[in-house]
Amino acid sequence: MKPEKALIFELSKPGRIAYSLPECDVPDVEPSELIPSHLLRSKTAEFPEVYEVDVIRHYTELSRRNFGIDNGFYPLGSCTMKYNPKINEDVARFSGFAKIHPYQPEESIQGALELLYTLQNDLAALTGMDQVTLQPAAGAHGEWTGLMLIRAYHESRGEQRTKVIVPDSSHGTNPASATTAGFATITIPSNERGMVDLDALRAAVGADTAALMLTNPSTLGLFEEQIVEIAEIIHEAGGLLYYDGANSNAIMGIARPGDMGFDVVHLNLHKTMSTPHGGGGPGAGPVGVKNKLIPFLPRPVVCKQADGTFAWDFDRPQSIGRVKAFYGNFGILVRAYAYIRTYGPEGLRRVSECAVLNANYMMNRLAPYYEVAYPGVCKHEFVLSGKKLKAFGLRTLDVAKRLLDFGYHPPTIYFPLNVEECIMIEPTETESKETLDAFIDAMIQIIEEAEHDPDLVRNAPYTTVVKRLDEATAARKPVLNCNCG
Amino acid sequence: MMKHRYLPMTEQDQNEMLQTIGADSIGQLFADIPESVRYTGKLPMSEALDEDALLRHMSSLSNQNADFDRYTCFLGAGIYDHHIPVVINHIISRSEFYTAYTPYQPEISQGELQAIFEFQSYICELTGMAVANASMYDGATALAEAAALAGGATKRRQIIISRTVHPEAREIVKTSAHGLNMKIIEIGHSNGVTDLSELEAAMSEDTAAVLIQSPNFLGCIEDVRSIEPVVHAKGGLLVMSVNPLSLGLLESPGQLGADVAVGDAQPLGIPAALGGPTCGFFAVSEPLMRRMPGRIVGQTVDRDGKRGFVLTLQTREQHIRREKATSNICSNQALLALCASVYMSVMGKTGIQEAALLNLRKAHYAADSIRASTGGAMTLPFFSSFYNEFAVKLSDGTDVKALNARLLQAGFLGGYDLGDAYPELKGHILIAVTERRTKDEIDRFVLELEACLS
Repeated sequence: MKPEKALIFELSKPGRIAYSLPECDVPDVEPSELIPSHLLRSKTAEFPEVYEVDVIRHYTELSRRNFGIDNGFYPLGSCTMKYNPKINEDVARFSGFAKIHPYQPEESIQGALELLYTLQNDLAALTGMDQVTLQPAAGAHGEWTGLMLIRAYHESRGEQRTKVIVPDSSHGTNPASATTAGFATITIPSNERGMVDLDALRAAVGADTAALMLTNPSTLGLFEEQIVEIAEIIHEAGGLLYYDGANSNAIMGIARPGDMGFDVVHLNLHKTMSTPHGGGGPGAGPVGVKNKLIPFLPRPVVCKQADGTFAWDFDRPQSIGRVKAFYGNFGILVRAYAYIRTYGPEGLRRVSECAVLNANYMMNRLAPYYEVAYPGVCKHEFVLSGKKLKAFGLRTLDVAKRLLDFGYHPPTIYFPLNVEECIMIEPTETESKETLDAFIDAMIQIIEEAEHDPDLVRNAPYTTVVKRLDEATAARKPVLNCNCG
Repeated sequence: MMKHRYLPMTEQDQNEMLQTIGADSIGQLFADIPESVRYTGKLPMSEALDEDALLRHMSSLSNQNADFDRYTCFLGAGIYDHHIPVVINHIISRSEFYTAYTPYQPEISQGELQAIFEFQSYICELTGMAVANASMYDGATALAEAAALAGGATKRRQIIISRTVHPEAREIVKTSAHGLNMKIIEIGHSNGVTDLSELEAAMSEDTAAVLIQSPNFLGCIEDVRSIEPVVHAKGGLLVMSVNPLSLGLLESPGQLGADVAVGDAQPLGIPAALGGPTCGFFAVSEPLMRRMPGRIVGQTVDRDGKRGFVLTLQTREQHIRREKATSNICSNQALLALCASVYMSVMGKTGIQEAALLNLRKAHYAADSIRASTGGAMTLPFFSSFYNEFAVKLSDGTDVKALNARLLQAGFLGGYDLGDAYPELKGHILIAVTERRTKDEIDRFVLELEACLS
């Protein structure tokens, strides 16, 4: 059995240090002479006392207990776990990008502003929108920003539209964002083919419809074939169409949300544009809009002036205001821009073609072994159902855990909610046929194990640093910090 | 067929895969997209560059920016030029961390989960609060989430916010409150700190929370011990936004009676990067635990009884609760939380105090030098105590933009123009002095200011 890993706090030994601070070259004034004593710290923060080698070994050991794309195949559906190019990491660390202040004079950050301006235009071209804001920090933040824009648009026309419609296959962030933007959510069912049910949509729209939020391709990996009709239904009712860009990896250069009738779009640069997920963030969720929504975009927007220089445009009286401090996750925007320039428009189209071919290949090879929820062609991802595992007393979760022993990150499971025992697989374009085949073989082996030796699957994983964890107790009796002080 | 270093698909692969699928061409896989919405041209966007050309292009853009290596920074106002210990970049460059997704599969994510658990532990220890989450987008959005939490917890609709809170954070709180149909009242300042009598007058039975920042945007340390009873007397929540590094020296929000403590972890080893990505932190008192936004990691055991960590209390979150979630946040700023954790590990118990003390002393040396400067063009408008940042009043009619342009010529990133956000402070600048500024740099900066203003 592998030993438990100590907490950094447990490595502490009084007297050790890992820092190097400059000598004080100004007068050694005592804090009590400068600050009233009742505002000075009364109890020392009990941080660990370790030296530099402890720090390095501790975090190196933690990293070895973690799994990233560089460790292996990571077919997590709806997360687009593609290769995170190293050049993007290098350029984001250039001093001229990493060591600049948001309040520097505009003339001292012309390179940064040019990059942002170009990225805005590139993303507008890619999505078929008229203008883009780079402020939102993540996909959900982009959703909320987009909905606030929609709200401002309706309010500017003197309309109180209170409802946002989402399909039952939508990301959880969609209804949550609607709530935080002050809307009520109406969830409509998908039809038997996994598409928006047009009758249900027609029944749901009305004078109170603010927007329909749609992911296209959907979380089921399906392109909404009736998108033109959907757009008409929403627009005729006076609502707007919102595009959740989590799944844009399927359609770059092939179809654009702007051409499909969408009025507002967000993109997840940490998915489609290859910026690393960082173990949960940071991301970036730029939002693109059609002309009629431009006046409401968050302040400031980067603009190009008549003399060719770049500047912040704060003079936007109808703006919804700020959504994030400063100008968004600039370091992520630098990476996304570098990514776009490694491919160019034709390369990005090829990216989507390969992503979709990979997904269809996997779906076809797995179809004899796992039930495909919606047969036909898929886009960048597809959804299987693990319900036949029930016959062996197993669940989708057990397959996911068994995959860990084969050295894979499992697919997304139990989402979307409208497919029983759901398994959602997104291979991305940066995986080779050999990798896909090996994963498929592992999936086939596991279904055979499930039939002949269900306990082997039920008790997996065997090779990880910990076995299955007691999540129920963690939630019932929360231990959320080490109270080491 | 196009070849690219990130794409493994060969012509042979493509043919074999299409054959398995039973399709003639890749185009057939897109047959479900209606003809009328297909894009057939070439997108009008930036062209591809080879690796060397891309490096040159990015260098050229980067070199057009006046960075901290070439210019001496006295700008603060929420983003600071602190020393970043070199080990941090080595650790966050380990791709097991930075190329991982959110730790949904705990058995292969123990490293990230433990790192977040330690981050939560550090934040609790530093802020004196009971519980912290795994991070927010930044300090400003964390403050907006705190206002939302207060509305939910108290069932009240009014948020009082001091004008000494960062102006951008106030803007975001306003944007967000509009979404939640909450009302915002702003309170003025006096001598650089929140006007207590104005606060008392504004408090009502509908006050969900009072939002303050200390050290505040004007650099001054708020007298929270006087504010706290005023807020709690009316049953409102006290939300404090704090500079985490200052807490090496200043009393913790927990000890001061705050119900929610938020802030931006940028001073803890995170690059300035034009203001992002940074990392918001969010900590609450015990009773508010289940109202927290965002991800939380908890300790538990595995089947063998071995200690392990998992994402927990997930029934608060959007992927479970959908429209009833406490927040819509999903992705956060995990890698920057790791930066902050490594920073706190490096600084340790004594380093965090020493760093805060250096900031305090250097800033006071700079303030004293400005106060003593000749010509009378600069005065210090407030006499409240401050930490590493302070306001300076310039002689009447000084054009701050022109002053900063001249300072830039002389190799300095000058002060923040307070007139931008505070009409009543036109002709005032805010100067930040971190531990990175040497006595020599401070002396030269003050001399340059004198020369510019004379």
